[in-house]
Parts: sequence; structure tokens; C-alpha cells
Amino acid sequence: MELSLATRTVGEHTVLEVGGEVDVYTAPRLRERLLELIDGGARRVVVDLGRVDFLDSTGLGVLVGALKRLRSAGGSFALVCDKEPLLKIFRITALDQVFPLHPTVDAAINADPTGAGA
Amino acid sequence: MMATVKLSFSPAPVHVRTARLVGVAVARRAGVREDLLDEVRLAIGEACTRAVALHRQYGLPDPVYVEMSDSGAYTVRVVDRAPIEASIGLAALPPDELAKESLSEDALTTGVGFALLAGFVEDLQVRPVDEGVGTEVRMVWPAGRA
Repeated sequence: MELSLATRTVGEHTVLEVGGEVDVYTAPRLRERLLELIDGGARRVVVDLGRVDFLDSTGLGVLVGALKRLRSAGGSFALVCDKEPLLKIFRITALDQVFPLHPTVDAAINADPTGAGA
Repeated sequence: MMATVKLSFSPAPVHVRTARLVGVAVARRAGVREDLLDEVRLAIGEACTRAVALHRQYGLPDPVYVEMSDSGAYTVRVVDRAPIEASIGLAALPPDELAKESLSEDALTTGVGFALLAGFVEDLQVRPVDEGVGTEVRMVWPAGRA
């Protein structure tokens, strides 16, 4: 399945729902969308990986890029993921210690240390 | 009967998905355990992504070569033609390195790609090709056709 991207707003958070395959071919589109959101003023971003069925190193690189960009802009960035195969990818690469990972969008928003949750 | 499937593709990102799909189809046919197929898919993707990136980095139009065979185990070889010192080289990056501002996205992706290959493939070799210039990434998974 190709990459799908959908954005919605929950309070002060921008939630980007990603679906399909994030790989070396599709990751540039994910990067563009994240940059558009951040350049457009989004500072509290949650990326929901719930419908992702493939994620490779290129996709992970894009997510880390967004995390760094938001962090240096004083914003927050969190991921939603509850699929074991994807979680294993985060553990193996030690990126589970870099990203705030949450099982649901609500959990990600409520845990946001920059506030505006709940 | 032993089966070999060979695939060569121009070094473009769009073809990496094709290589993954073929690699998993042949793995399934070879009798690789169902619960390993996600890892097979990811590892073949990472090896091909690495090869495509190297060919583009060095401006090489040559195709990336992938060979899958099921002689006993399921063996996948991904061969690039880039003039670099071949080795696993990069160890997994520690978390504090990963989040550093100074680490470029390309460097991070390369490091993470190797971490995934090393983490998901128990039997992994990265070595210079026997003839000419380039690197072979060789991955082996247990297979047993019923």
C-alpha cells in the first residue's frame, strides 16, 4: 500500500495520521508534509503510526529530523504506535529512548510536557 | 529442488519496494517461517536502500543486483558497485548520539539502517565482492519447505 497522510487538529495539537509504507521512496513526502506543518506554525505535533505497515531507516530519519526541528523551536513531538513489529524497530535502533512513544493519540496529548493536554 | 531468483534494478528508490515484495514472496515459497517474514522484508529493504543510496552518492548508473536462493536455507545477496571499504563498520548509535543536532539525517539513516540489519538478521555478512568493485550484503534465514 502507498503512503497516506491526513492531518487533524486536537486542541493545540496537530495530529498527522500516517498509513501504508514509509520507505526510501515515500519518506520524502512525509518529510515535506512535516516541514509544511512546522513552517505553518504547528508546534505540538503528534504523528500517529497506527496505520503504518512498513517503516524503514529512511522513515525513521525523517521522524528524528522533525523531532529535532520542533525541539529547537520550543515545541513537542510524539509518536503513536501500538504495533509490536514497529515497536521492535524502535527498540532495536534505540530510538524508543529518543521518541516519546504512546499507544493512543489521547495518551500522547495528555503526556505532552509542554502542556495543553486534557 | 533448489530455486534461484535473480533481480537487478536501476538504482532508484521506487524499485526498492519491488525488491522487498519479490524477496518476501520467494522467502514464503522457500518455507521461511511466517513470523520471520516481516524481518525478511525489512532487512531486504534496508540492504537495497543502502545499495541505492551508494550508487546515487557515487553517480553510478549500474543496476543493484539481488539474488535469492533456497538451497537449504534462504539466502539473499544484495550487491552494489560502490568503491568503498566494505564492512559492517558502523556500530549501533547510542540514543544520545541519535538525538544530537550535529548528526545529519543521512548519517542517522545509515546508522539506523545498519542497526536494523544487524538486529534483524542473525546470519549477516557484509564483504567486498569477489570480482571487481563493490560490496555484497549476504543474509541467511532458516527455511524448510514441507
